[in-house]
Amino acid sequence: MINKRVNVLPEFLLLLSLLLAWPAQAEVIHEEKSKYRDITVTEERGRRCLLFNVHRGDRNQTCMYVNDPDRLVFDYTQMSFAGLLLKPDPQSILVIGLGGGSIPMVFSQLYPEARIDVVEVDEAVVRVAEEFFDFAETDNMRAIVEDGRPFIKRAGLRGIKYDYIVLDAFSGDYIPEHMLTREFLEEVKAIMTEDSVLVANTFSTSRLYDHESVTYQRVFNEFYNFKLPTSGNRIIITQLQPLPPRGRLVTEAGRLADELRKFGVPLQDYPRRLSTRVDWDMSRRVLTDQYSPGNLLQAN
Amino acid sequence: MTVTSPRSHGLPKTLIACMAFVSGFCIMTIEMLGARILSPYFGGSLSVWGSIITIFMLALSVGYLIGGRLSTRHPSARTYAVFFILAALFSLPLILLADAIMEPIFLTIVDPRYGSLVASVLLFFIPTAILGMISPYSVRLMVDSSEHSGHMAGVLFFVSTIGSAIGTLGTSFYFVLWFEVNQILWGAIVALLLAGAIVLVADQIVSTRTSSKHYDKQARKRPS
Repeated sequence: MINKRVNVLPEFLLLLSLLLAWPAQAEVIHEEKSKYRDITVTEERGRRCLLFNVHRGDRNQTCMYVNDPDRLVFDYTQMSFAGLLLKPDPQSILVIGLGGGSIPMVFSQLYPEARIDVVEVDEAVVRVAEEFFDFAETDNMRAIVEDGRPFIKRAGLRGIKYDYIVLDAFSGDYIPEHMLTREFLEEVKAIMTEDSVLVANTFSTSRLYDHESVTYQRVFNEFYNFKLPTSGNRIIITQLQPLPPRGRLVTEAGRLADELRKFGVPLQDYPRRLSTRVDWDMSRRVLTDQYSPGNLLQAN
Repeated sequence: MTVTSPRSHGLPKTLIACMAFVSGFCIMTIEMLGARILSPYFGGSLSVWGSIITIFMLALSVGYLIGGRLSTRHPSARTYAVFFILAALFSLPLILLADAIMEPIFLTIVDPRYGSLVASVLLFFIPTAILGMISPYSVRLMVDSSEHSGHMAGVLFFVSTIGSAIGTLGTSFYFVLWFEVNQILWGAIVALLLAGAIVLVADQIVSTRTSSKHYDKQARKRPS
C-alpha cells in the first residue's frame, strides 16, 4: 500500500512542473481571482492578453498590441464588425460581455456620437479592461455591471431599442445557458427595430452548434453563418427583416473598408463568407428556458 | 440506565431510511433547478446562487426546528406522510406560478440580488421548510431508546445526505440533459406523493398486523 503511493510521486512531480512551466513563455503582469474566474494578464513581444482560468488551459480571451491598440488582434473580434454590412451607421450599440473592451473601443472611435452600452457581469473584468487595455467610459459609452439577460429584458420593457447588438458573453470554457434560449432571443428581438442587426459570437462547437443553430433559425427564420477558414468559431449575424441581397453587402463593404482597415478588419473579404447554407442537424431540439444544457452539450 | 420509549407507530426502519433518502434527493433536485428557474429574470450571476442557497438553508433550519417540535407529541406515521404530501403540493407553484410570481418582482426590484432573494423566498421557502421537517421527525420515528438516538440520527443524516448528493449529481449531470425543468419538477413531486402514499399504506399494514396480533393474544387468553 505504501509502496504504491511512493510510485505515483514522480508522475505527480512531472505534472506539477508542466503546470508551472506552461505560462513561463509570456510574462504575467497581473493576476486576480474574481467572483467568477481567475483573471490573468500576460505580455509577450508587445502583445498583451487577457486570459480567464489559465490553469484550466483556456485560450486567450482578448489581446491587444501595446503599440497599436486600435488594431484588433483576433479574427473573431474583427468578425464582430461584419454586422456593419447590414447596419452601416448605428446610432445605438449594445455589447454584452466586455472582455478587454476592444469591440466597444473600436465602436466608440468609429461612431463617437453613438450611444454605447456595454454590459459585463464581472466587475473585476471592467477594472482590468480599464487598467490594462485602455478601456475608458466616455460621455456616450458606459459600462454596466449586470447580467446580460435581465438587462435586455428590462430594456425591452422600457421600450429601449438598439441598432447594433453584439452578444459576446461567451468564452470557450463556460456558456451562460440562459442566453442561448428561444425566450432570450425573443427578448433580444424586443430591443431591435426593423433594421437593427444582431451579431452573436458564442464559440459553440459539437452538439451545441446544432442546437444553437436550430434555435436561432426558429426565432429569426434565417441568419448569416459567418466563418473564416482561419478561425474556429462562427459568428451568427441576423436581423428582423429579410437578409439583403449579396450585392448590397459587397457595396457596403467597399464603402466602409477604408474606415475599418485601421482597426485590422478586412471587411471586403467578408461578404463572400456570409453563408445561409444549413450545415447543422435540423432535427435537434430548440433550446428553451426549460431545456438548455449548453455546457453539457458542448462537452459531449 | 436506558429510558425506553416504544415506537408506537412501528414503521420499519428501512422504510423510514428510504423516505429520508427521497426527501434529501428532492431537496437538492429542486435547489439545483432553482438557478434555472430564476435565471430568465435575474440572470446567472453568483448572487443568484447566493440567494437560492441562503433561502434553502434558512428554510431547512426552520423546518428542522418545527419538525423536531412536532415530533415530541404523539409522533405518528400519518403526520409523517402529510409532510411529504404537503411538500409535493407546495412545490406545484414552481411549475404553475413561477412566471406569475417572478414577473412582478422583476418589475418592482431593479437590483437582481434582492429580486432573486425575494423570488427565492416566495418560490422555495415553504416546500423546503416542509422537507426540512422530515429529518428530525424521521429520527423520532426510528429511535427506540435514547441510548440509540445518536446512532439512528447518524444513520438518517447519512442516508438523507447521500440522497442529496445523488439528487445534485443526477440533476446537474443528467436530468437537465434528458428532460425539461418542469418535467424534472413533476418527477420530484410525484416521488414525494408516492413516498407519502407508501408511508400511509405501510402504516395501515403495520397497524392491522399489530391489532390482529393483539386480537390473537386476547383470543388465546380467553380459553385459559
